[in-house]
Amino acid sequence: MFKNRQVREKAIRMAFFASATVSIVVLSLIIVFLFMEGVPIFKDVPITKFLFGRSWYPTSDPPDFGIFPLLMASMAVTMLSAALAIPLGIMTAIYLAEIATPRVRQLFKPVVELLAALPSVVIGFFGMVVVAPFLQETFNLATGLNLFNASLMLAFMAVPTITSISEDAIYSVPIELKEASLALGATHWETIFRVIVPASLSGLSTAIILGMSRSIGETMVVLMVAGGAALVPTSLFDPVRPMPASIAAEMAEAPFRSDHYYALFAIGMVLFIFTLGFNLIADHIAQKHKQVGAATL
Amino acid sequence: MRQEPPKESIIGAPNYHRVSGPSSGQEKLSSLPVSGLDQAAALRGRRQLAQTGMFGLFRLAVLINGLALVIILAFLLYNGVGAINWTFLSEAPRDSMTKGGILPCILGTFLLSFGAMIVAFPWGVASAVYLHEYAHPGLAVRVIRMGINNLAGVPSVVFGLFGLAFFVTWLKLGVSILAGALTLGALILPVIIGTAEEALRAVPATYREASLALGATKWQTIYRVVLPAAFPGMLTGSILGISRAAGETAAIMFTAAVFFTPRMPSSILDPVMALPYHIYVLATAGTAIEATRPLQYGTALVLIALVFGMNLIAIIYRARLQKKY
Repeated sequence: MFKNRQVREKAIRMAFFASATVSIVVLSLIIVFLFMEGVPIFKDVPITKFLFGRSWYPTSDPPDFGIFPLLMASMAVTMLSAALAIPLGIMTAIYLAEIATPRVRQLFKPVVELLAALPSVVIGFFGMVVVAPFLQETFNLATGLNLFNASLMLAFMAVPTITSISEDAIYSVPIELKEASLALGATHWETIFRVIVPASLSGLSTAIILGMSRSIGETMVVLMVAGGAALVPTSLFDPVRPMPASIAAEMAEAPFRSDHYYALFAIGMVLFIFTLGFNLIADHIAQKHKQVGAATL
Repeated sequence: MRQEPPKESIIGAPNYHRVSGPSSGQEKLSSLPVSGLDQAAALRGRRQLAQTGMFGLFRLAVLINGLALVIILAFLLYNGVGAINWTFLSEAPRDSMTKGGILPCILGTFLLSFGAMIVAFPWGVASAVYLHEYAHPGLAVRVIRMGINNLAGVPSVVFGLFGLAFFVTWLKLGVSILAGALTLGALILPVIIGTAEEALRAVPATYREASLALGATKWQTIYRVVLPAAFPGMLTGSILGISRAAGETAAIMFTAAVFFTPRMPSSILDPVMALPYHIYVLATAGTAIEATRPLQYGTALVLIALVFGMNLIAIIYRARLQKKY
């Protein structure tokens, strides 16, 4: 009977191991099916022409499947939103982790969590009906649905991600480092700037990369407020069509397993490779520069 | 950007003490010229000023966050509250969606998000139990964690494409509640795993040790002691998962949601309307975008109320749980 018990324990352990691989299985399935439906486009359109082709006219005859404008639009909104979200997110994290009194923290921590919970379609809607008319009137533009508006909305989606990961990183800085710095006569700000931020740099980088990864993949916001013109942006206020917007807007009208359908899946592949890259870099940084104890600085 | 050259602060530090404590007997300090004292005082002032200025900026950053949330909420409340009445909540859309209510959308969102939870919860909890209770650090754990992290980073529209290719087309489920719930289930899996693991971490090691010392096996310990103690925390995580799934749009666009369906779903293989998709459709592709603004505000308000309600419950519940341990 004792032996039975051991066998059963082993079987249960194996069952849990099998269940734990579900994430890997799902991720593999995503890769397989994305490539299965995306790769056929490269039979008709060479991969370099697909990536660097300057015109995206999927429904004209003959169609053009060059995603360069979409790629540039995605890069532009991601970079711009990062430029807005990184300082805001990290400053918020430092404030919450280092400066705020427990009561202020208790009040603002849920604020950040609720910001993170805002459905993207609602942010997109807000960008459409409030920010767009405002931008249009203030800057006298043809349309308020543009690169700048989309970046602004994306920044607000990226801030909670950046804040919560940075906050964890700052918390894990050993208290000894902070005490040593203060004991040497540094002010609190000097301690933050010269000791705490450098010591948590790997965590902060992870936060930034994951925030950017979220921005590049975010769909509803760019679908609703980016303007939708498949042009390489030349100014802040150009309407653009980032990659996720193209997929979401065109999938419904693309005939099943047509070149257009394959091309949209291929865009999905590009998007997936981007976010996978971001995540692997973040993972690498987190592993290589792990914050362990006081000896790491 | 440096606030001040490091040289100054090294010289400045001892002077600083001299200013506040004149009784210092150190030769080096007392032999400093008077101008050094002035310099030190000025330096201290500058350092304090730098701190006050930067802290002010930090405060501003937090306030911007708070303001953003308040503005969005106030805006939706102000514009949306007028649209909400019993008809709006209890009827189907009429006259090509320019009048009537959003009951089918509420129902659809409810079915999709709870469906996603039913799919993801068992897998997520099992993964967390393996990672936290069984696994030893090593290659297997590293690979599994990498899988979870990467899954969490996959854009929702890519989940939508995956759902379309795999559930809708390959498994022949069609555009349906089932396909949508499975897609959303995959999407919220990392959320469930993360919160379930956190809940397991909160169970004191003494619980496990006591159970094992009484002769229970590992599985008995997990099943009878650890899981019951961790269950409330896991429930919190599942609420967050449901709220995430309820607000998701891109993942259900190709897998479950339709513009309009005249009848309520009668099986899980029927397509549905959903709140987030309804907002998108009305705001961008409806027959009368301007005329249906009140409906859009109302729908957005209902969605936000749903999502925030669940999040607030989770936040409050979690705070109470944390007090317990």
